Amino acid sequence: MFEAIAFYLFAFLTISMFYIAVTTSQALYALSALAAGMIFISAFFFILGADFLGAVQIVVYSGAVMALYAFGMMFFDTTREIKEKQGNKAIVLGLSIISAILVVAIVAAPIVGNNIEALYPMVEGAGNTQEVGMVLFTKYLVPFEVAAVMLLVAMIAGIVLAGKKMDLSLTLMSEAEIMMMKEEDKNKKALS
Amino acid sequence: MEIGLNHYLVLSTILFAIGLVGVMRRKNLLMLFFATEILLNSVNISFAAISHYYGDLTGQMFAFFVIAIAASEVAVGLGLLIVWHKKHNNIDLDSMSTMRG
Repeated sequence: MFEAIAFYLFAFLTISMFYIAVTTSQALYALSALAAGMIFISAFFFILGADFLGAVQIVVYSGAVMALYAFGMMFFDTTREIKEKQGNKAIVLGLSIISAILVVAIVAAPIVGNNIEALYPMVEGAGNTQEVGMVLFTKYLVPFEVAAVMLLVAMIAGIVLAGKKMDLSLTLMSEAEIMMMKEEDKNKKALS
Repeated sequence: MEIGLNHYLVLSTILFAIGLVGVMRRKNLLMLFFATEILLNSVNISFAAISHYYGDLTGQMFAFFVIAIAASEVAVGLGLLIVWHKKHNNIDLDSMSTMRG
């Protein structure tokens, strides 16, 4: 009973928040609506017994990704109204057809997958975090390490792309070149 | 009333459709990124629901990896977006048609 109430409440909240995030013309409204929707989605994970996934959702999405977007928006001019594409009938038609096919396929999927057996069944008497650790560090160890390397690559790429003068290497330049660069910077500042 | 797997799958479909609409109608690239986040999250919900109703942890593992990929996508994408904004002073999709054949 309580599960049903929680499900419908959070379903309504999530759908309305994401609807606002998709339709609003203000970037700030979209950002805050998206952050709220992410937190509401973690409620579904808690209802489903995936406690660790819910905590990760809050920490990663509402904490890291939204903060990154907020910092990124400081670089862009977000105060002006966002122009939208003019309504195209072919796109609307294609979207509704794709959505209809999607609904049919997704609702039919459990019927097709009726005879699926659990590959890594949940262990009796262990909490969700413990189970996740047991599966993640045995069966999914290699993907876990690859994901770690991928995050490192993404971090370095973000620093190099967003930083200033990242195409120059101070260790490879001689002293004279560095001094020249500093002088140029001073001249630029004096001019502007 | 009992909440079954189908409830979660239908919710996930609705959220996915909302994200799809966002991807199609947004012109601003930052807004396009928001819509892709919605798409990834809707898939995560269905992964967690299937993991719960089949008593299998594989779905949750996939959701973790999806979250990791989404985080790195945001880092690299925002970096590229900042570079583009420095060069062209806007982030509209229509200005990125130089590679059109």
